[in-house]
Amino acid sequence: MTQATPLLSVRDLRVNFRLENGEHFQALKGISFDIAANCTVALVGESGSGKSVTAMAIMRLLPDHHTAIAPGSDILFEGRNLLAADRRSLRALRGREIAMIFQDPMSSLNPVFTVGDQIIETLMLHTGMRRKAARQRAIALLQEVGLPEPGRKVDAYPHQLSGGQQQRVMIAMAIACEPKLLIADEPTTALDVTIQQQILQLLAQLQKKHGMAVLFITHDLGLVGEFADEVIVMRHGEIREHGPLQQVFSQPQDAYTKALLNCRPRLDSRPARLAVIDDFLQDRPYQVPPQRTRGYAPGDDIVLDVQGLCKSFESREGLFGKHVFHAVKDVSFQLARGKTLGIVGESGSGKTTVGLTLMRLHQASAGRALFNGQDILAMSPREFHACKRRIQIIFQNPYASLNPRFTVEEILLEPMALHGIGHDHAERKQLAAALLERVGLPRRALQKYPHEFSGGQRQRIAIARCLTMKPNVLICDESVSALDVSVQAQVLNLLQDLQDECGLSYLFISHDLSVVKHISDQVMVMQQGQVVEQANADTLYANPQHPYTRQLLSAIPQGWPHQEG
Amino acid sequence: MFAYILRRLWQMVPTLFGVMLLLFILFHWVGGDPSYILAGKSFSAETLANIRHQLGLDQSLPAQFLIFARQVLTLDFGISWSTQQPVAEILASRIGPSLTLALPMLLVSLLLSVIIAAIVAYVRGSLTDRIVTLICTLAMSVSALVYIIAGQYWLAHKLGWFPILGWSDSLATNLWRYIPLPLLLGLVVSLAPDIRFYRSCFIEEMGHDYVRTARAKGLSERAIMLKHVMRNALIPVVTSLMMSLPYLFLGALLLERFFGIPGMGNEVLNAVDRSDFPVIKAITIYVALATMLFNLLADIVYKLIDPRVQLK
Repeated sequence: MTQATPLLSVRDLRVNFRLENGEHFQALKGISFDIAANCTVALVGESGSGKSVTAMAIMRLLPDHHTAIAPGSDILFEGRNLLAADRRSLRALRGREIAMIFQDPMSSLNPVFTVGDQIIETLMLHTGMRRKAARQRAIALLQEVGLPEPGRKVDAYPHQLSGGQQQRVMIAMAIACEPKLLIADEPTTALDVTIQQQILQLLAQLQKKHGMAVLFITHDLGLVGEFADEVIVMRHGEIREHGPLQQVFSQPQDAYTKALLNCRPRLDSRPARLAVIDDFLQDRPYQVPPQRTRGYAPGDDIVLDVQGLCKSFESREGLFGKHVFHAVKDVSFQLARGKTLGIVGESGSGKTTVGLTLMRLHQASAGRALFNGQDILAMSPREFHACKRRIQIIFQNPYASLNPRFTVEEILLEPMALHGIGHDHAERKQLAAALLERVGLPRRALQKYPHEFSGGQRQRIAIARCLTMKPNVLICDESVSALDVSVQAQVLNLLQDLQDECGLSYLFISHDLSVVKHISDQVMVMQQGQVVEQANADTLYANPQHPYTRQLLSAIPQGWPHQEG
Repeated sequence: MFAYILRRLWQMVPTLFGVMLLLFILFHWVGGDPSYILAGKSFSAETLANIRHQLGLDQSLPAQFLIFARQVLTLDFGISWSTQQPVAEILASRIGPSLTLALPMLLVSLLLSVIIAAIVAYVRGSLTDRIVTLICTLAMSVSALVYIIAGQYWLAHKLGWFPILGWSDSLATNLWRYIPLPLLLGLVVSLAPDIRFYRSCFIEEMGHDYVRTARAKGLSERAIMLKHVMRNALIPVVTSLMMSLPYLFLGALLLERFFGIPGMGNEVLNAVDRSDFPVIKAITIYVALATMLFNLLADIVYKLIDPRVQLK
């Protein structure tokens, strides 16, 4: 505490949700914490820990009709009880005294209004500025948050900006009225690693400049080390640990905090198995597993040999014109049996296009892809059908990539029937059940629908679906990026086990360099459709040759500087 | 934009050709020999041959198609077989009464359904919402014919609030006297499905993240609904509206028939009754053209309300 009266004081906050089936769910089980003025507090926890509920409760944005805040709860902002405030004074408070930015800037901005309009709206609402003055102020704000060409971008629509720029606009909107408290709910989760770092730096800089307090919400403890003053760790609606940054990082008291600190893959260590939450919640102390060495060996059997792969997209321009966009330019690599090739790069680098082209979901413009010696890009659709099941893909969004109207059984059995795997339905069902158990889900999951599972479980189902076809190559396209750090560790361990057991080869596409380092033998760095660097993982990370690789590496959150190894 | 419109117009040529071909083939094979219809009861081989020659039916099929193509290109479909008036003249005189009914109906229905839908979406889950949903479902389950007959019987015949049917030459008299009852009945039929559809458009938009952002800014629920949600929800509304515009020209078949409104709908039914091929052909081509043009217009309007749309 740096001041006697805190800016915000949350006391014994209990929030219950009424579920559709009439049951109650305790989202927050009596949490208390303070935020001092001009201080950054990080609220860390997994999905379902109640961290976002806390933020929404402070803003009083929880939907009234199925939320109950228990009597005895208090949220005091500068001494005023927000839970007792009427709608009018709450509206005057929101956006002016307390502002908020969200995880997904694209959907958080209204798509049909210009970004300028949306900032001007806030200014006119709270400061009584006239439109013209508000516009000037909006341009100045966009300048302040580092948006290039603010005078022009003020009239742009959200979809015309990149993800990082959209988040800058959200920040400009939030700081427009100089709020005393800024709540940032996972503001960088949807962004690339370099953009993430820029946004974090921007927030830290604005916090100092404007003397705001910041409540920074994230699932990734590794992010907050560089700028938070205090850390609150939450789980299942309770606060597990609360203390100054240094203390939480160097002497974590709670087993759960220790687990969160350890489950993130690191650049300086590659354990054979990543730590997961359960390792720490058991009675016996956590044993660090032995290190794993990785890298291609000279005698490795090459499964997939890609030579000079190109993919360009054409779009129409004007009456007769055509615009050609080269998404992938002359990409060559070799994937060894039982090994992993990591592909890293930012959005738009062409890494996903490489994966989709190899699946023949895009038609390659040029190049060869030799799979066990045969060029799969030159095959007729009929010939390719036999190879299809050998190369499988797991997508990023486990919520969107499973058919919501299919049960897990249907999801797993459909590809088997299509490729003639298993003799009859009974045998296929047997296989499916065995695979589900292999990926760590119970047999009874077969009868359920995707929405009944969490993100990590859905990704397991997606993995099981690929495994039904006994593939040789698995393309993991940002497969763990949408997951919490703790769940990510479990899925990475599963992928590792499967590789060791079945000799699978992975093409591991990700923007997260720590994850790629952990799982890859060879790493390929892509920028604007081209490969800028390719080497054994350890070599590349220890001695990056290309400036772009160095830039990516420097953007990785360093955690707490004095964190023990 | 200009290049886009030009390209779209150019694409209409093959579409129109397809419609013409289909229409031609249908009339040739299914329509029977029109000379029998034209000759009436007292025909001789000579009159039939004469009529065939006049219509060009004695020429080869491609030549006949060329005649039809010329009619479409000049928009001159000759004279009606039943009334001997030029087709263009007939259609020109029918379009007015149709629009007199259809335009007010479209505007009132749009306005009412959007407002009611926005209100029930705002109070979704409440008693008002449930009652409106119930009424809509009930209203949709009853045939339009029932409304028309019941309306004419109770409101016009028993209560005498409206004339049962009729039409005059004065626009004011029509709007004041003859339009209100068919308009009212037409609204009863069209409002229910529209309210339900628009309500779901609004509710879907209200669940989006940008609404949460707007709340976090401190905007009132009213401002959020009227500014942020409305414009986004209007995108599907406008789409469905533009799709329905070509039907304006076809008129409301049932309403025009029952209320004796001499509009396009009535004309279509008459033409079919009398096998008046030139009129049917002309109307089919006009509706095809109107559909294509309004589809283009829909895409352009779409671009105006939704900046994300790219016209390619």
